[in-house]
Amino acid sequence: MARQMIRDVIRDTIDAEMARDENVIMLGEDIVGGMGSPGGPEAIGGIWGTSGGLWAKYGSDRVIDTPISESAIIGAAAGASLTGKRAIAEIMFADFIGVCMDQIWNQVAKFRYMFGGKSKCPIVIRMPYGAGYNAAPQHSQSIHAMVTAMPGLKVVMPTTAADVKGLLTTAIRDDDPVIFLEHKALYGVKGEVPDGEYLIPFGHARQVTQGDDVTILATGMMVGFAEKAAAQLAQDGIGCDLLDLRTTSPLDEEAIMDSVERTGRLLIVDEAPPRCSFATDLSALVANKAFASLKAPIEMVTGPHSPVPFARELESAYVPSPDKIVAAAVKAMSYRRG
Amino acid sequence: MQHSREALIQAYRQMKTIRVFEERLHDEIALGEIAGFTHLYAGQEACAVGVCEHLGPKDYIISTHRGHGHCIAKGCDVVGMMKEIYGSSDGLCKGKSGSMHIADINKGMLGANGIVGAGAPIAVGAGITAKSNGTVSIAFSGDGACNQGTTFEAMNMAVVLKLPVIFVFENNHYSEHTGESYAVGAESMTVRSAAFGMKAIKANGIDFFSVYDAMRELIEYCKAGNGPASIELDTERFYGHFEGDPQRYRGKGELDRLREERDCLKVFRTKVTEAKLLEGADIDAIDAEVEALIDRAVAESKAAPRPTADHVLEDVYISY
Repeated sequence: MARQMIRDVIRDTIDAEMARDENVIMLGEDIVGGMGSPGGPEAIGGIWGTSGGLWAKYGSDRVIDTPISESAIIGAAAGASLTGKRAIAEIMFADFIGVCMDQIWNQVAKFRYMFGGKSKCPIVIRMPYGAGYNAAPQHSQSIHAMVTAMPGLKVVMPTTAADVKGLLTTAIRDDDPVIFLEHKALYGVKGEVPDGEYLIPFGHARQVTQGDDVTILATGMMVGFAEKAAAQLAQDGIGCDLLDLRTTSPLDEEAIMDSVERTGRLLIVDEAPPRCSFATDLSALVANKAFASLKAPIEMVTGPHSPVPFARELESAYVPSPDKIVAAAVKAMSYRRG
Repeated sequence: MQHSREALIQAYRQMKTIRVFEERLHDEIALGEIAGFTHLYAGQEACAVGVCEHLGPKDYIISTHRGHGHCIAKGCDVVGMMKEIYGSSDGLCKGKSGSMHIADINKGMLGANGIVGAGAPIAVGAGITAKSNGTVSIAFSGDGACNQGTTFEAMNMAVVLKLPVIFVFENNHYSEHTGESYAVGAESMTVRSAAFGMKAIKANGIDFFSVYDAMRELIEYCKAGNGPASIELDTERFYGHFEGDPQRYRGKGELDRLREERDCLKVFRTKVTEAKLLEGADIDAIDAEVEALIDRAVAESKAAPRPTADHVLEDVYISY
């Protein structure tokens, strides 16, 4: 076990997989950084610090610094993956998905199905997402709902340093396209990381806290907020069964249903806006499959139906907070029929 | 023109197979036998075959919505293709792709593509693999796709990364229903490609030999590590943008004139018979052989098994 920052876990995991399999390549803007500049290559090492040193170790044929061309980045990763490589593409901010949506949605996600199951497209698209940097409307969004809605994509949203290692390793070795969403505000967070080879299968939630009163479902940054809320609620005698879903597709329905059937109450925390969202999807799922178990209406704490605003006060008001989570849990607990 | 008799027969057979495949589809579609959208390649055969006769299974191509010709030229199974277009579960892509998405990765055919301009970036990625294999990657595009930003991004990235990618622009003079002179702002695709910093040439897209010779030069150039190249092929399509297109944008008598004066199969036949490389009888024999193959493909497709509802979720890797 070593204690590491998440950004270093990402780099080390990619490094280990590149060392293990010579077909693993990386592409992205400024993942080397400084190409063609007086400062020289590796002047940056990725703006998130997730690829430092990899170019020096593996060279330009495997650590491919690209122009600012998101469609060509995903297309190139797709073409390389169809022909025998395992490509890790970095889209610098998840918000830029709009620029390369066709390559993700119509190409990568559909190849295997459309080609009659006769192709593989082992591609990992890493996308830093989320609010917390006062980065304003075009650099702060949580886009997991739209990619979760697309058949043909697997979607990962890790929270802890250990899960980053286990899930990223699984993603790189997966033969199908994986969207790997990294919350920007978690890059500097430290955690214990298992030594050696470590894989976590997709579709298995992590039990964060155990309790019998209310189930809380969360992903990414929201897991930590929910954990704080759960600690506060525990002091008031409310036991929270908090699940970090880890992957939004595949989804650990079994863990969700088991928990809700036990607690009878559900609270979903989602950083994204409230309509047609991951939160509403989970809510519909539980309402449909575990209606008889519910003792109270399903509560959702989400961002509002607005872009993510810039100013500190506004962004803080936008993002779900531990206080809002506590209030929603208390509301669910105090519900009385009739 | 240094071609063995076998090579000439092979090239002609490929072009003729595409032609008869497409003519037959035109008839079958008119009879209501085939579902969905189909875009026929007839008229452009010299392009696909002039390019693909240079390629092996480890060379990659990516195609367009008008992709049957590229598939056949790259060696996809013709009967499997026909079954696919008929929607059979025995089709090359199990009835999931139809006309617009036929692929055979083992043959280096990375897919026809329903999105105009989506192919060029994917060809850049195949170019990354090709660079490590000593092969080449071909992006087929038309005069429509040449105006997509994806094509621009792909051309620039191929230059920046010095990849063995050849952008083949088949200029059939119509992007869907709009004339090239309106939609292509630059003087030509060649001028535009050159501006991206790559070697860019033109060839006669109704003459197999012109395409073949130009491509030999470009493939040698790319394999020597000089980075990407581009070729613009002046060609013609004999049918509409899609089957059912009334083609009101065509000039009076235009299609008859194209068939008469700019038919790449006639051009080929005239050249090889006048040069006494093949006899008319050789060509007639290939024609008969190809007609029989396509008859068989259609007959087998009509009798082929149909997919059932449980096939919808086959090859979906997450089930809900």
